Amino acid sequence: MSLLSIEGVWKNYHGSSVLRGVDLSVEAHEVVCLIGASGSGKSTLLRCVNLLETVDDGVIYLDGDEITDVRVDVDQARRRMGIVFQAFNLFPHMTVLDNITLAPRKVHKVGRGQAEEEARELLARFGLADKAGAYPDRLSGGQQQRVAIIRALATRPSLMLLDEVTSALDPALVKEVLEIIRELKAGGMTMILTTHEMGFCREIADTVCFLDGGVLLERGTPEQIFTDPREPRTREFLRSVLDSRRL
Amino acid sequence: MTAQTAWVKSERQAERERLRRKRSIRSSSIATTSTVLLIVLLVWVFTNSPGWPRVQETFFNPEQFVKALPDVLSGFLLNIKIFLIAEPLILIVGLLVALARNLKAPAFFPLRALAVAYTDVFRGVPTILVIYLVGFGLPALGLQGMPTDLATLGVIALTLSYGAYVAEVFRAGIDSVHPSQWAAARSLGLSHGRTMRYVVVPQAARRVVPPLLNDFVSLQKDTALVATIGPLEALRQAQIHAASTFNYTPYLAAALLFILLTIPMARFTDYLAARSQRRRGQ
Repeated sequence: MSLLSIEGVWKNYHGSSVLRGVDLSVEAHEVVCLIGASGSGKSTLLRCVNLLETVDDGVIYLDGDEITDVRVDVDQARRRMGIVFQAFNLFPHMTVLDNITLAPRKVHKVGRGQAEEEARELLARFGLADKAGAYPDRLSGGQQQRVAIIRALATRPSLMLLDEVTSALDPALVKEVLEIIRELKAGGMTMILTTHEMGFCREIADTVCFLDGGVLLERGTPEQIFTDPREPRTREFLRSVLDSRRL
Repeated sequence: MTAQTAWVKSERQAERERLRRKRSIRSSSIATTSTVLLIVLLVWVFTNSPGWPRVQETFFNPEQFVKALPDVLSGFLLNIKIFLIAEPLILIVGLLVALARNLKAPAFFPLRALAVAYTDVFRGVPTILVIYLVGFGLPALGLQGMPTDLATLGVIALTLSYGAYVAEVFRAGIDSVHPSQWAAARSLGLSHGRTMRYVVVPQAARRVVPPLLNDFVSLQKDTALVATIGPLEALRQAQIHAASTFNYTPYLAAALLFILLTIPMARFTDYLAARSQRRRGQ
């Protein structure tokens, strides 16, 4: 059984459809990379999985449980996944340590001592040990995003959703964030990520999905998508990315 | 992987929406039931208290209510007048003082100091004292052209007192506009004044609408404080009635009128807050 199974998901905004019947299944330990132009529905799909958006049709199963059921406890379902946003969304009034331990302490009822110990371990693992007491505005963008990833990891999710996590960073800082994602993959984390970093996508993804106008147009291995895309729209998109020298 | 071109609602989605509707009906009926229960409980507690008959007689006497209402109502028109005149004046004073506090050039130091002194003094002094000082002190100066009409003096006093609060609200709004907006405007060659006028104040004003309306709700009822210097507004009229009958129901009539005036204002504030929330959500 797939860890995550998305079936026929629709999302409408102001009369137009952003997602038009998307099907996607993700196996445990699989890394799925969503590519596509801005507005193709990549971020909306991630937000639907995290239940930040209510789907207008279709179903999403996580570990066999339907999380789009009206009766489902949204908070309960969200505990099983972590999401990281493009703009970090750290809480500016809390230190790094408090940002990371908030959910473990208040949602998962872990004691402060244990939560902080685990947070410090994670920070050390990702080279941020000395930043535990710092406030987010004292950190670089790359450091903030690493903290945001750690914050999502601290609740031990079985699925990580990464939404354009490097788009707001300057190129010099992108590397340190990508390094963390590589580590997560090495640790067997199941991930869905949207990205404009095609080189990275090709390297890290087990599966690449191309979205176009809210439709999942093509799905395949990175090799197949990047060297031999079947759909003309995929070819067109990859060529335009290549032209802007981001491949 | 083909997808539909147009959305046709699936059976599952229709079922989901049915369920959502059922739940919303259930939650609104729970809300109604709990509200009714609470009201019944409160009424029961009050009407069963040992002193209730006397309280009812002194505060909730229908006869006295009907007798006092016309006078209180005519007095209340004066409250509304004071309020309507004071409000725009307060906005102007408040904005000017806030702008004066933001003047950075050294030549404007006296103006800035004056603005600081003004807000410090008038926020510190209780409104009722300001009303006494202005109501009795200003006419006593005997200056030519000084108004002697009590309601006008009341308006001046309220404007002085509330202008200080509103100035601080405006200043907070101006300070909350991100420095990048200043940088962008100044980089286009706009002067300090133009930056304020075209870029900063319009953004600040939108942000401070809810706290401003809150101050105005407060102003509406503080017009009753003007009663202390004598004009025949609602509270004064109620006092006159109460003094002759030893029944406090006229105060209740005045209170009701004030509530009737502030409720629409409060709902309007809610509406504006909800609107800005919606806009930010998009």
